Amino acid sequence: MFSYLLRRILFFVPIVAGVMLLTFALFFMVQSPKAMAHRVLGPKATPKAVELWLHNRGYDKPLLINRIPEQPWYDSLFISQMRRLATFDLGSSDVTGRPLAEVFRQGALPSLLLTVPAFLAGLVMSVGLALYLVFIRNAAADFIASLLCVALMSVPVMVYVIFGQYLVAQVFNYFPAFGFQLNGWSTAKFLLLPIALMIVSGLGADVRLFRALFLEELGQDYIRTARAKGVSSAVVLMGHVFKNGLINLITLVVASLPFLIMGSLLLENFFGIPGLGNVLFTAIQLPDFAVVQASVFLGSLLYLGGLLLTDVCYAWADPRIRLH
Amino acid sequence: MTTSSQDWLNQSFLPIWLPNLAVLLGALLVALLVWQGNRSERWAVAWRRLRGDRLGQVAGAIAALFLVVGALETVVYPTDTGSRTVLQLLLSGIPQEKGYSAPLATHALSVSDPKPLLKRHILGTDALGRDTLVQTLRATRSALWIGGLTSLVYIPLGVLLGILAAYYRGWVDDVVQYLYSTIAAVPEILMLVAILMVLGKGLGTMAIALGITGWVGMARLIRGEALRQMERPYVAAAKALGQSDWRILTRHLLPNVMHLIVIKFVLGFSGLVLAEAVLSYLGVGAPVGTPSWGAIIDASRSELSRDPLVWWNLAAASAALFLLVLSLNILGDALRRAFDPKSNS
Repeated sequence: MFSYLLRRILFFVPIVAGVMLLTFALFFMVQSPKAMAHRVLGPKATPKAVELWLHNRGYDKPLLINRIPEQPWYDSLFISQMRRLATFDLGSSDVTGRPLAEVFRQGALPSLLLTVPAFLAGLVMSVGLALYLVFIRNAAADFIASLLCVALMSVPVMVYVIFGQYLVAQVFNYFPAFGFQLNGWSTAKFLLLPIALMIVSGLGADVRLFRALFLEELGQDYIRTARAKGVSSAVVLMGHVFKNGLINLITLVVASLPFLIMGSLLLENFFGIPGLGNVLFTAIQLPDFAVVQASVFLGSLLYLGGLLLTDVCYAWADPRIRLH
Repeated sequence: MTTSSQDWLNQSFLPIWLPNLAVLLGALLVALLVWQGNRSERWAVAWRRLRGDRLGQVAGAIAALFLVVGALETVVYPTDTGSRTVLQLLLSGIPQEKGYSAPLATHALSVSDPKPLLKRHILGTDALGRDTLVQTLRATRSALWIGGLTSLVYIPLGVLLGILAAYYRGWVDDVVQYLYSTIAAVPEILMLVAILMVLGKGLGTMAIALGITGWVGMARLIRGEALRQMERPYVAAAKALGQSDWRILTRHLLPNVMHLIVIKFVLGFSGLVLAEAVLSYLGVGAPVGTPSWGAIIDASRSELSRDPLVWWNLAAASAALFLLVLSLNILGDALRRAFDPKSNS
């Protein structure tokens, strides 16, 4: 197991290096640091202010290799940026100057409060619904429900939010439509509506995916054998299909676990939840390149973390995998 | 022409024939695909199955209708007062009002001084007094152009890299897999936002950004299927006959993965239409002035808190967006069932 994990982690090293190169190329080569300074400081910024801004961030160094005499060749923007990312120094915001590590740490909790309940409840609901649809497969209700899932998938998130916010908050006037306070259990009243909307917006795709997954399991030979032995439909479904489908399901789901910390871009903005999604949303509007650059890097680390978790689960569920 | 001066397609630096040519080329491409498909047995069988799929047919008809509307809004026609699109000419009988008016209302939406309108509007008018139905129809073009342009970026890239990786294996496969693993490692929305922030707003840059993230899925799909096809005896036979790599790739492998490309294209298109709306909402999508469903939905957010309530702009744009995405999703599923009846989803 250990050597298997080690091999997987070594496999990620070139990918992380690739992501670092990619972010550098995108943020410093496609767009020059000077153009970035102008966009952050506004069109009216004086050349002096631009120069100071560039100097404070070390963006005025030569791009790839330092050819200035009497300075070390490695004192370049590329090397310093790579070293910064490799040591997890996320830098500070382009606009406010706050250290980004602190910004991200503060945003993590509100994001998790939104995403973890939504994820858990959504998972239980979609697995339950998918199992039920498999149980009544080929019936008219199954067909209609599948169609409904496609319909749910076809609505953009913001339409859900706008309708939900309007209906629940303005017509029924029960939940607050906007705002957030971290204050024990009373925080829940700010979160109920966004959590519900997050579940609904993801339900269609999940139910469809899990239904297909369970149906595939249903087509296996061992199911036919169980049937031939006279095992009842319900036992086949819960004991065989669900149990074995769960292995595939977990590996699908585990990969998305690290992303819970990133929260939801649109929902957090709509409801004023000060999570990481909102941090990113604000950074897009400002624009704040440092935040987006750091998010890209952290996001890819989270993705690889999810991949690693999936590998662990796979190897744990199916020992044959470890030998490959 | 205040409305079209900000319009990216009607801008003066674009030659007038360019959008027209694009529509012509699009129509040719569809004709070529149908003609090619007719010669293959697998496509003929799938077509027969599709003919029995009522739901798929309805979805296909609706999607085709959107396609026609988008094409009519793209084809430009010179007039004395500047160039207009065919759709604008067709709907030029609908007058512009002074401000909001409710669907089918006879008077403007104003509590203190409701002035009579020039004409009834089926879906009312927006803040600038433009007919909501016309604006919604015009916004079809943005959605279709995003889907079309992005498909032109990601499909050739994904298919080429995927099929080459499967055919040559070895270092080619390693490089392709490394490339798409790296791109896939960055969460899609972050990648899109980062690219669009650096490149700037616009339909062209949006297509590039969506193309860069989109080819990964296509390359994975085609590589997997092409690897499976490589094991089939027909490839070995073609190699034994001494056929060139190019010929095996284009005449044997490509036709055998073509149906997957078409299914992925249709399903991917629906995702692209949704992505356009979300990105335009985030403020990194369509530039101001381009009619787009995302932009209309964004603008109509504040209308919901007005009194009297203005709901028709949001409803019209959401309904059009929903209808197009839904019909594409259903059509894609119908195609998948037609090509592979054993598949579950």
